Amino acid sequence: MAQINITNVSKIYAGGVEAVKSVSLDIADGEFIVLVGPSGCGKSTLLRMVAGLEAISKGTVEIGDRVINDIEPAERDIAMVFQNYALYPHMTVYNNLAYGLKNRGTPKAEIDARVAEAARMLEIEPYLTRKPRALSGGQRQRVAMGRAIVRKPAAFLFDEPLSNLDAKLRVTMRGEIKQLQKRLGTTSLYVTHDQLEAMTLADRLVVLNGGQIEQIGRPLDVYHTPASTFVASFIGSPAMNLLRATREGSRLHFGSQVLESDRLSALPTELTIGIRAEDLRVARAGEQSLTMKVDYIEELGAQRLVHGMLDGKKLTAALSPEIELSDTIALTIAPSRLHFFDVTTGKRLAQIVDGAVGKREDTGALEMAGG
Amino acid sequence: MTHAPLSSPTPAAPFPSGAGGLFRRFKARPSEDTSAKRVQFNSPLLPYLFLAPQMAIIFIFFYWPSVQAIQSSFYLEDPFGFGSSFVGLANYTDVLKSNEYLGIARFTAVFTALVTFFSLSIGLLLAVKADGVIRGNAAYKTLLIWVYAIAPPVAGLMGMMMFDQHIGPLVKFAGLFGWEMKVGLNYNDTAFAMIVVSVWKQIPYNFIFFLSGLQGIPVSVREAAIMDCRSGLRRFWTVILPLLAPTAFFLLIINTTYALFDTFGVIDVIVKDKAANNPITLVYKVYMDGFRGNDLGGSSAQSVILMIIVFVLTIFQFRFIERRVHYN
Ligand SMILES: Nc1ncnc2c1ncn2[C@@H]1O[C@H](COP(=O)(O)OP(=O)(O)OP(=O)(O)O)[C@@H](O)[C@H]1O
Ligand SMILES: [Mg+2]
Repeated sequence: MAQINITNVSKIYAGGVEAVKSVSLDIADGEFIVLVGPSGCGKSTLLRMVAGLEAISKGTVEIGDRVINDIEPAERDIAMVFQNYALYPHMTVYNNLAYGLKNRGTPKAEIDARVAEAARMLEIEPYLTRKPRALSGGQRQRVAMGRAIVRKPAAFLFDEPLSNLDAKLRVTMRGEIKQLQKRLGTTSLYVTHDQLEAMTLADRLVVLNGGQIEQIGRPLDVYHTPASTFVASFIGSPAMNLLRATREGSRLHFGSQVLESDRLSALPTELTIGIRAEDLRVARAGEQSLTMKVDYIEELGAQRLVHGMLDGKKLTAALSPEIELSDTIALTIAPSRLHFFDVTTGKRLAQIVDGAVGKREDTGALEMAGG
Repeated sequence: MTHAPLSSPTPAAPFPSGAGGLFRRFKARPSEDTSAKRVQFNSPLLPYLFLAPQMAIIFIFFYWPSVQAIQSSFYLEDPFGFGSSFVGLANYTDVLKSNEYLGIARFTAVFTALVTFFSLSIGLLLAVKADGVIRGNAAYKTLLIWVYAIAPPVAGLMGMMMFDQHIGPLVKFAGLFGWEMKVGLNYNDTAFAMIVVSVWKQIPYNFIFFLSGLQGIPVSVREAAIMDCRSGLRRFWTVILPLLAPTAFFLLIINTTYALFDTFGVIDVIVKDKAANNPITLVYKVYMDGFRGNDLGGSSAQSVILMIIVFVLTIFQFRFIERRVHYN
């Protein structure tokens, strides 16, 4: 067990592609870090540099107190779980688990004990004598996990380990990985492009964009205070609504529609406004509101996603299924729940708090049920 | 299982699966058959009609001569073509009692073992080295594939020229160390040249199959091994080679057959007209006795013996070696 310190790490591939640009990240001992971002943003590259499967072009990576830039992958005291499992097809499950230990000269009795323990934890005991091709995808995934666990490494590295599984199994395995990591307390670095997986697994999230860190933070912090429009649209489902608006005094103009609040004065006149779908609610009579023309509806059971147009721009609202719908609905939002971003850089502007409408903590759902 | 055209830039997948598929069919796995396309014929005779030309060729050029060989191995043919007389197993006992024949058999065994071993191991070594360089580089790959298309005849010719008594660079090179190489005159020198040229000629073939086999090993499995095992050599023995086993087994059979039969041309060029004290293999002996010595009965008996050897060898390879092969 150890902390990992990534300092100003860059990766420049042959041909000049800079896949990772001066990334710094300190991972505490036992922490579960999830790297998340769209395809091609450099997540795997960063992970593989820590693993030693790619050379580090610039910067240093420390595991424990060792700089591991020039240390062989097998000597870095890490274990990796691959997307397609990468099990040795010619070895039995037992040998797949034991292989790394054998190569390190672990005594036979110790190997037996560790394999037995991992097999019990992952419930793969019945398959120990089978070859990987005689296992289902989920079972292979467990074996791949087992291969990492038996090594008792300082850190686990995961590169999208669940993306080959069906949706249901993915949810189960996600839970198991989380529990296992908590039980073992092993520092983990986990790569995914699935924001839901990232939210549920991470102690801290690292959102990557174009090889750079866009934001680091606890999942809920990232969700509630996204540092940029990129993070805002990437984290959370449905994606946060982003609308251009202009401010005149205490009034926000969305095209022809207007929201008013007395706390807007510090903001620039041109802005991007972020609105979470679940922060919108149906306006009560006499409340200020935005009128949405309804296009179509997605029923999610507990929620209903209403997609429509607000003055020619797309808007999605998550409403309670009990609310009656018509062609247009009047929606409102607590001004404290608006997110403001710079129009050109996309960076977050200071959050405003409007005590008159309600504190941040109480959710719109309550009010919606009442209205 | 179709083979990719030679010009294909990525033969990686088709080759090994072709090799694997070939042997899987021997095992008659049902899953293989269900995946194949099923065609319904209107007339039950039609499929046999389609098969007929192939069957005819196999029958005329393979089974019929075999039957004839077996038959004439029991007869003593008059050298001048005036009939023949039944002699039972006499041809066989003559052959098996002959010291000359047993000597040739011994040489053939050594020759086959050495040619197979060296052409396989050198081919593998080159493929492993090339694989390290061309991983993901299509241009290199295409260049190396060309070797396959042009090599065997040209390589054979080049190999032969290496040992030319007057201009052969290998002969001159050996001379530098005081080794006066006399290919065609000295038994050991001739054997040496035969083996070197035969190996030389077969390397490109093995190289290309091993290379495709190596490229067929998933990158992530190699990477997992890199994280599990520090020593590259150990990784090769414990992960790469076992995964290459289907290719290697296929090549083992091909190379044994090559060394036994297809080296005829090499031997013929090297010992031509001066067979007297030179090493030859069993196949060449069959030819010499039958066509030069006009001893059809003895020659037939020898070819039947050869058939039995190949038969036994193949059964042995499938029973004892293939069992250790992991097909993916
Ligand atoms: N060997 C390579 N040579 C050149 N460029 C590469 C190489 N490997 C990756 N890249 C580039 O580096 C960038 C980052 O790749 P990387 O595999 O890290 O993305 P990723 O975030 O893991 O994406 P995904 O979610 O699709 O797996 C990509 O633009 C990719 O094209
Ligand atoms: Mg990736």
